[in-house]
Amino acid sequence: MAALALAFYWVPSDADQGFSQRIFYVHVPVALTAYACFGWGAWKALRLLWTNELRYDLESYTAVHMGTIFGVLTLATGAIWARISWGIWWSWSERQLTLFLILFLFYSAYFMLRYSLEPGPRQARASAVYALFGVVLIPISFLAIRLAENFIHPVVFTERGPQMAGSMFFVFCLSFAGMLGLAGALYQIELFGKRLDLRLQELRRVRV
Amino acid sequence: MTSTASLRLYLSDVLLLARKDLKLEMRSRDTVPAMLLFVVSSLVVFHFAVPSTLSSETERTVAFGLLWIAIIFTALLGLTRAFVAEREQRLLDALVMAPCDRSAIWLGKVLAVVGFLVLAEIIAVPAFVLFFQGVSAVTVAALVLANLGIAAVGTLLAAMAAGSRTRELILPLLFLPLAIPIVVGGIGASVADSPERFLGFLALYDAVFGIISWAAFEYVVTE
Repeated sequence: MAALALAFYWVPSDADQGFSQRIFYVHVPVALTAYACFGWGAWKALRLLWTNELRYDLESYTAVHMGTIFGVLTLATGAIWARISWGIWWSWSERQLTLFLILFLFYSAYFMLRYSLEPGPRQARASAVYALFGVVLIPISFLAIRLAENFIHPVVFTERGPQMAGSMFFVFCLSFAGMLGLAGALYQIELFGKRLDLRLQELRRVRV
Repeated sequence: MTSTASLRLYLSDVLLLARKDLKLEMRSRDTVPAMLLFVVSSLVVFHFAVPSTLSSETERTVAFGLLWIAIIFTALLGLTRAFVAEREQRLLDALVMAPCDRSAIWLGKVLAVVGFLVLAEIIAVPAFVLFFQGVSAVTVAALVLANLGIAAVGTLLAAMAAGSRTRELILPLLFLPLAIPIVVGGIGASVADSPERFLGFLALYDAVFGIISWAAFEYVVTE
């Protein structure tokens, strides 16, 4: 929250895009957090396949769940940014948004798959394999979109390092850290809730 | 057992399983005729979906898009049938228990699916040339590479879907997001000025997803 306040009041407006540029401090950290969640989910999925311990299934599922929520937020903020900058809600030439659309479709299918399998080790393993496919799909799709499209998204990070003033970079990092913290907290709460649910179901079964 | 001998055993398992699928298809004739009819009728439908007022250059580009969409959907049609025999006869359980490597089941099925796809394309490409325009050798090469990728990923997903409640319904949802890079590579190879990059991209896709699918199949079919 503090990062958001700083983003609005402290950072100098971008010379080129003006006030609207400030959505950058929300949009990009949210997008990076979504990637982090997908990556974390895939790591837990790999651990599941490796060790065959079913507790990783719930962790992987929760991480993918968080990732999808942040992915939808990325699509929403990206659409708003596109509307302000270019006057259109959707532009196929914006790679990151197109990638997030593909990922959104992919991970929606992940949930469909999960709900159409009977709970058990088979569901856990199939979901884990699909989650692993997801992280491989991210770079492959990115390459595909790059090959397919031209380029109008503003480049901020280049090989020479970030092209931002010190204060801007600081706020960006702070905002990113805040988003990661938020995602981590939500992840823990969600995981706790789901474990509680499972435990409750088990207890009910024992009583009956 | 030496590694050459075990490799030979593995390959003979794979060929045997692929032959089993082809023989089943020869006897029942369920899938391939349906795929052939589907690909031709979708090309005819596409002719009416594209307005005839387009410039010839645009029409050329759009037509290749139609070819690739037709191929992807035809492949999907074949893939939904890929594990039907296994499921109905409870054959998959028996195969999993058989003393062969589980990935051999996957590879055998991939070979069979590639065979079906090649048959469908042997009809689809001449039909496309007849209805729309000629195709270059690069497009054919892209089709060959795409077949491998479609079969590798599709077979794994079909095995996943076969174990679920909504089988035929869920396979397109699982497959289409993963097929987007194939479509990009295929259309790029067909229409772009430097097709080598797109062929390379398709080969990369095949290699990456082939290896993961090969390694992951065991986890999908075992209980």
